[in-house]
Amino acid sequence: MLEVRNLSKFFGGLRAVNDLSFRIEKGEILSIIGPNGSGKSTVFNLITGFYEPTYGQVLYTGEDITGLKPHVIARKGIARTFQHTTIYLQNTVQGNLVIAHRLRTKSGIFGAILRTARSRRDEKICLEKADEVAELIGLYGKRFLPASVLSQEEQKRLAIGIAMATDPQLLLLDEPMGGVTDREMGPLVKLIQKINEQGVTIGLIEHKMGVVMSISNRVVVLNYGQKIAEGIPAEVSKSKEVIEAYLGEDYHA
Amino acid sequence: MDLLFQQTLNGIMVGSVYALVALGLTLEYGILNIPNFAHGVLYTLGAYLTFLTVTALGYNYWVAIGCAMLALAIMGIIIDRLVFHPLVNAPHLNSFIAAIGLIYIFKAGMLIIWGPDFKRFPPINEEVINFLGATITTQRIIIVVVTALLIVLLNLFIKKTMAGMSIEALAQDREGALLAGINVKKVETIVFAVGSAMAAVAAALISPIFLVYNTMGDAVILKAFVIIILGGMGSIPGAVIGGYIIGLVESLGGAYLSTDYNEIVAFAILIGVLAVKPTGLFGTRSH
Amino acid sequence: MKAIKSIITNKYFLGLVLILLICLVPVFITSKYLMHIFILMLIWSIAALALNLIMGYTGQANLAHGGFFGIGAYATALLMLKLGFGFWPALIIAAIITSIIGFLIGLPTLRTKGSYFAIGTLCFNVIVFIAAERWESLTGGARGVIGIPQPAPISFLGVTFTFSSLAGMFYLCFFLFLITLIIKYRIVHSLVGRSLIAVRENEDLTSSIGLDTMRTKIISFVTSVFLASLAGSLYAVYIGFLDPEIASHHVTFEVLLFVVLGGIGTISGPIVGTIIVTLLGEILHFLDAYRLVAYGLVLVLVIIFMPQGIVGGIRALRQRMGERNS
Repeated sequence: MLEVRNLSKFFGGLRAVNDLSFRIEKGEILSIIGPNGSGKSTVFNLITGFYEPTYGQVLYTGEDITGLKPHVIARKGIARTFQHTTIYLQNTVQGNLVIAHRLRTKSGIFGAILRTARSRRDEKICLEKADEVAELIGLYGKRFLPASVLSQEEQKRLAIGIAMATDPQLLLLDEPMGGVTDREMGPLVKLIQKINEQGVTIGLIEHKMGVVMSISNRVVVLNYGQKIAEGIPAEVSKSKEVIEAYLGEDYHA
Repeated sequence: MDLLFQQTLNGIMVGSVYALVALGLTLEYGILNIPNFAHGVLYTLGAYLTFLTVTALGYNYWVAIGCAMLALAIMGIIIDRLVFHPLVNAPHLNSFIAAIGLIYIFKAGMLIIWGPDFKRFPPINEEVINFLGATITTQRIIIVVVTALLIVLLNLFIKKTMAGMSIEALAQDREGALLAGINVKKVETIVFAVGSAMAAVAAALISPIFLVYNTMGDAVILKAFVIIILGGMGSIPGAVIGGYIIGLVESLGGAYLSTDYNEIVAFAILIGVLAVKPTGLFGTRSH
Repeated sequence: MKAIKSIITNKYFLGLVLILLICLVPVFITSKYLMHIFILMLIWSIAALALNLIMGYTGQANLAHGGFFGIGAYATALLMLKLGFGFWPALIIAAIITSIIGFLIGLPTLRTKGSYFAIGTLCFNVIVFIAAERWESLTGGARGVIGIPQPAPISFLGVTFTFSSLAGMFYLCFFLFLITLIIKYRIVHSLVGRSLIAVRENEDLTSSIGLDTMRTKIISFVTSVFLASLAGSLYAVYIGFLDPEIASHHVTFEVLLFVVLGGIGTISGPIVGTIIVTLLGEILHFLDAYRLVAYGLVLVLVIIFMPQGIVGGIRALRQRMGERNS
């Protein structure tokens, strides 16, 4: 579904991502892991158009999407979350989800001013989608609350909800478990699996090895911007290079 | 040829004033992240104070400049403490709006105190000199010389004093500087004092030639912003070079193209540059 | 009894009552001076509502507003004087011209953010002002434009409306004010409005959910400029003469004051701000320059201590009281 070919991003002398190639197959959960600073988030930024690659290509369902703007890529069906939980804090949960579905509507400013039937229909569609996603992420009961009063874990769920409201086929999650307690992890993992079962392909950056090993179909390991291993979780966890890369790193199992 | 030379000298003179004002602004905006739009009214105030000290109190021109520098340094610190410092964590727009409020206060205040008419200095440094075919008054030479001197002094200050080095550290690596324990509040105070004082000097130098009036700071502050956006936020060489370039472009453009529109050259250039490079010519951050 | 109560508190009913009351103003107010103030308040309210669209809801610090107000005013005046257009065609054409200019300026400047955008737009404002001052053949230079005709009477459903009286002008301004209000209200409460606010809150997130932030900003900017032009047109035909000052940054700063004081990012805020400042300005007119000092103080104090303005502040207070009660 998604293919990254010889992808490279240099910031001056720093090679954040170096000649990286891998694929995400349709329907799978692929995890990208690696020590801190190995370029994982940069890869997501490159795929979703927030950075322009220095070299290389990104292909999505065969189409070359390299260097396209983020909003164009979102429209094509790739959604993402950010490493630091990024939501509209001043808005309600429902508000967050409504605007996230806007991209699938067509009415514009004239429709808004004249309150055309189409604009009213679009609003209804977005509202319905918002409630549907709120239900999915388990925040339906709290949908009228401002996002700022949600707990850390609820906000993470909202971020995933925002991405899901865009009706993506590929969902890229950047450290969804970051800062989440062990007790809260279970429901979040279940949510990701549920989304995957609904047919959404998932790309996951995560540090919590237990999560990675248990839910991923395949794993790609990065170190210093390069791929050092790729395969099913069991293989990768035994790979010599991977263990060396993590030597000295205290990882959660 | 004579016209070209004359206008070039003119451009260097005006450029000096722009450079001094831009220097203060680039320190405040580039290093402290404070878009001090009110810098222009401090400039105007500097001119009025110098004028007051010379005419009403009868002091020598240079002493008057010194007094104005001191007064303005204090004023700069006050407006930083009262207005800009509380807004440091708010969106930049708020600092801008606050600055606009300050502009209202200062301009109206100066209007009340000194009135709307143009103030003329008593003759100062009006001996005419023939310089390579161009006639200029000594005041014009003084402007350029004093500016050069101040730029050198500023550089020494930044490179050789603890205070100056703190400023440079903050400019180059904000987080590192904070971790190293640099007292940001102290740096803020120094930057505003030095920046405002330099604006005072710039105004005091140019007023004997172009008179003192309530709106003299308007165009200057806008051009100063243009200069630091083009020259690079926080860049001292950028502010200086940019200042002289704008000064020259204005003088030469005014002479050869049209005097009606030479003022807007700087502004049009800015819009053009921003169209191509939204982060400014040298900038990596866009504020 | 309950039915009557529910009708009275319904906001549409209240709105209608308010509109009717305002329509009765010219009938009961005989003072020419007061009528003059009300008309100016209506005109400036339109300008303030316009500015709030790009600044309050979309979060872009537009400081060119006075320039567009001026372009609208001059364009209307020149279309009517030099090309003989009637008021209504001139109004529309001027708004289109101003919108096109706004679009052309928005394209380069909206790619920047924060203070850069503020400075860039302010530079444009100054360019417009200087052009108004120096382009003698077009704008009459510093002398300005005089003798702008009043809108011709129009017949509608057998009734003839004349605009030569203060009452006529009042209703004209009120009519356009209502139109502006409706446009603003509809935009803000639509998906488009949500997009504007999304851009204001977090541009990166907004991009990532598939919204073209540049396009959103341009649409907001051009709409704001269009409405500003309407206000400018009204000013031109009401006052009857123009000078370059109405395109200056002073206009920008004053409208900014209305919006900030009243409440950025609210619908009624700009109106409240306009009313308060205009009224106080007239009451304290004799204080002249001191009045401007007061403006500055208000601006500084509000932005530091109550950045949401009066309406925003009241709303926040009510929310906190509501939370305390529940």
